[in-house]
Amino acid sequence: MKAAVLVFPGSNREGDVAQAIELVTGRRPQMVWHGDGDFEKTDLIVVPGGFSYGDYLRCGAMAAQSPVMAEVKRRAAKGVPVLAICNGFQIVTEAGLLPGTLMRNQNLKFVCADVHLKVESSQSLFTNRYQAGQVIRVPVAHAEGNYFADDDTLKRLEDRGQVAFRYCAPDGTVDGTGNPNGSVRNIAGVFNETKTVMGLMPHPENAIEPMFGGCDGKALFEGLVEALT
Amino acid sequence: MKARVHVTLKNGVLDPQGKAIGHSLNRLGFPEVGDVRQGKFIELELAETDKEKARQRLDEMCRKLLANTVIENYSIELVG
Repeated sequence: MKAAVLVFPGSNREGDVAQAIELVTGRRPQMVWHGDGDFEKTDLIVVPGGFSYGDYLRCGAMAAQSPVMAEVKRRAAKGVPVLAICNGFQIVTEAGLLPGTLMRNQNLKFVCADVHLKVESSQSLFTNRYQAGQVIRVPVAHAEGNYFADDDTLKRLEDRGQVAFRYCAPDGTVDGTGNPNGSVRNIAGVFNETKTVMGLMPHPENAIEPMFGGCDGKALFEGLVEALT
Repeated sequence: MKARVHVTLKNGVLDPQGKAIGHSLNRLGFPEVGDVRQGKFIELELAETDKEKARQRLDEMCRKLLANTVIENYSIELVG
């Protein structure tokens, strides 16, 4: 599996996700600078976390208009898979690749903690190594992760099985207790209609080594390798 | 000409920052303050003399970048 990891001024998790990809593929992904509108064709594009363009105007708003994102939109339209994490999720929603938006956390605090996620579906490139209903533990680190979409959009997402992950309690109960940011319906990650684009606020790339408190994120990358190699 | 764009959260979209500002004002001795909504104010200098054209262009700017229409409304004011 060949992967490209985008880098914007202010990205800071590109190294973490590159390392996660290298761990499962044995191959260093290509790092692509934000001004590069024409990069090598890859099997996967990753939009990493960070604070692209200093979060000016709105998180992800500036990065969404960059030359590299114009090309990502063209490739995503042709079915090239896109994995968007944290600030990457904010960028792809601003770019219109995923529905909804990420607002300021309900309690106005930056939250940096391990959270539990319920896997909603194993039927995707990204989640095929998990089981539907499985609970995994991965970290979050954000101040704007409060997922919001209007009622019609939410209904469409639910009807089409486009919710990828929900925040939950350790036993899998989906209620207010496991929700770190106020996201509507505890939504932590969503797919596009064809399930070739996935965005999520938590950091699976930071849960790949037992030394760092867990490896529940590793299966996401292994699943991608299996599906895209 | 100069343009002023106001970007505000849509009704029904929770505004925790506005709420926090309201609480602080209440605590500071302004009990008359009820709901507070926070927004953005953007001032732009335009090389355009036709008001109608300017308005159309600004509308496009708002939709493409200045506002996120999933959660925000915008209003445009032309000055001078």
